[in-house]
Amino acid sequence: MILRELSEAVGVSGDEGDVRTVVLDAIREHADKLHPVDEVQVDTMGNVLAFKRGEGRQRLRVMLDAHMDEIGLMVVGHDSDGFLRVRAVGGIDPRLIPGTLFHVGPDRIPGVIGIKPIHLLTDQESQKVSKIEDLVVDIGAKSKDEADKLAPLGTYAAFATPFRELGPTVSGKAFDDRVGCAVLVELLQGERFRCDLHAAFTVQEEVGLRGARIAAYAIEPDCAFALEGTIADDIPKDKDVSPTTELGKGPAITVMDRSFIADRRLVRLLTDTAEELGIAYQIKQPGIGGTDAGAIHVARGGVPSVTVAVPCRYIHSPVALLSLDDFNNTVRLMRESLSRLTRRTLSRD
Amino acid sequence: MEVIPLLKLLSEADGITGHEGPVRELLRQTWQPFADEMREGKLGSLIALKQGAGAAPRPKLMLAAHMDEIGLVVTGVEKGFLRVTRVGGTDRRVLLGLEVVVHGQRDLPGIVATRPPHVLPQEERKRTVPWDQIFVDVGLPAGEVEQLVAVGDLISIRRDMVELKNRHVAGKAMDDRACVAAVTLALEQLGNVSHAWDVFAVATVQEEKGLIGATTASYGVAPDLAVALDVTFGKHPGVSEPDAFPLNAGPTIGIGPNFHPGLVNRLKEVAESHEIPYQMEPIPGRSGTDAWAIQVTREGVPTALISIPIRYMHQPVETLVVQDVERAGRLVAAFIAGLEADFLETLAWDRG
Repeated sequence: MILRELSEAVGVSGDEGDVRTVVLDAIREHADKLHPVDEVQVDTMGNVLAFKRGEGRQRLRVMLDAHMDEIGLMVVGHDSDGFLRVRAVGGIDPRLIPGTLFHVGPDRIPGVIGIKPIHLLTDQESQKVSKIEDLVVDIGAKSKDEADKLAPLGTYAAFATPFRELGPTVSGKAFDDRVGCAVLVELLQGERFRCDLHAAFTVQEEVGLRGARIAAYAIEPDCAFALEGTIADDIPKDKDVSPTTELGKGPAITVMDRSFIADRRLVRLLTDTAEELGIAYQIKQPGIGGTDAGAIHVARGGVPSVTVAVPCRYIHSPVALLSLDDFNNTVRLMRESLSRLTRRTLSRD
Repeated sequence: MEVIPLLKLLSEADGITGHEGPVRELLRQTWQPFADEMREGKLGSLIALKQGAGAAPRPKLMLAAHMDEIGLVVTGVEKGFLRVTRVGGTDRRVLLGLEVVVHGQRDLPGIVATRPPHVLPQEERKRTVPWDQIFVDVGLPAGEVEQLVAVGDLISIRRDMVELKNRHVAGKAMDDRACVAAVTLALEQLGNVSHAWDVFAVATVQEEKGLIGATTASYGVAPDLAVALDVTFGKHPGVSEPDAFPLNAGPTIGIGPNFHPGLVNRLKEVAESHEIPYQMEPIPGRSGTDAWAIQVTREGVPTALISIPIRYMHQPVETLVVQDVERAGRLVAAFIAGLEADFLETLAWDRG
């Protein structure tokens, strides 16, 4: 399952090579030979840009974006007993880090993060969440020299969570945004559309939407769809507030988040298509989170954009959870919407 | 016996406090080749007897290492999510993002969950999550969860043991499976030496609840001497002397009111003569181990404590050095081999 391979690949922001390999293999070798991808290139930051020509005339240039990077840690020092000092790469919730296993470096050396045992704490201390600056990674090294040799400054560490099938749902790390990458791979492996598809598997979204910025500049699209794994907060809570998105209710369409306001014409294309075909969908609660669409929509003179996401519980945690039905419905909604997308969709009303 | 595979087997086995069945069965099979007799105590402790040489009645030594581990229990089912509380001293600071197994109608893989930081006010993001904000998610529709899981079902931590550098290993339940491993190694070594005393190796239950197995099993065994094995705090950043002991400097020998000085001295002598590295661990009162309960069984039992230093106690990344497990095993075996039939007499407080 492509989602498994993508989830288990290691690629913290700035070090996406492993994921890039999985993506390139998927596009080059397993693509539907009847409708292959026409061009693939890797740009200066490591974005994978794949082009699939359309079959219509006066074809629209459509950008589809999914980011390959995940949050993680970077080694910034070694202490005299061989422990690694680290900092977060991207937005890591420090409440989730103690007790976690990591892959350290390209050889995936196992490392653990533990904290002062509960027995030795004062009541006050047990309420406090340790900051990442105060945590260390233990790889079993015995000295500063050994730690430096095994994990020099700048080494990346990623969560070491295996992918698991739970039945209707699957769990694993980095669903934000390997699920988006999986959706994009599926779309590239299918039939051609009328429009030209410019797929961008981007780097460094988690540290500021960086790869998407240069990809959008290079592609110069007429419109863009960012494909994501987004927050599903459908867990029981005291106050009856919006769950942001919910598992099982289908792909989540963004109308507005902290990074951009979606183009209403593209939102309407998606919702009209969904309603016509009876595909479940939901509108993500406005105002939460940010995606590559934030960078794409201000490229050059501007690009009408929208984000479509698979709801995931516990994104940015060592293990997330999503529904396979939601994944399949996201692929289907995108495929059907892209088939219906024409120049008229984007004409001003 | 290969130590790392043994540790892996014991660490990964299920055996939450009060529900030690799976690990007990594993241990029964593991100890079978080394024991002359085996029985199960009334609350589930596993008691294996390795008989001494020499005529009956032989004096009795009890070894105790607890086989139970901390975990969680279901307290409610809400919209398909499980509300939970701890069984034993589970540390909620390390629960979030952890994989678990829910022992419902069948074993269900799950995740410990809470609301994401994006939707919480700033002050809440900086505090340890309270129990009523912690849930377990098994990824199934609510109706199915209600069929499969009930209040009172247990939840164990799912964590494969990992090997770090320099023969360090990390995993869950090293408290106290690392010592169960040490006792296992000792039993194996005793197969090759003659010893005067009868040895009762006891894998106790419910230590984490309150030394329950030790209290009841030692009543049943009625030993003349006892050595308990448990883990102690290993040194790491933020945790140092005198609260913690460096890894790979050998097991610790407890000294203090819980431990008979004669026994403590004998253990030191054995360690020195066999060149087994060891450290002294001063414990001014309660040791927080099975030794505390055994010492006051019946009319009292001279007791000692050997501990293996581990980092991150009660977290699913408990880390130790394999050599320390091997050393603890050798120390116990050497101690037993050298125990004279009349050793007890030397422990009398007053020559009178």
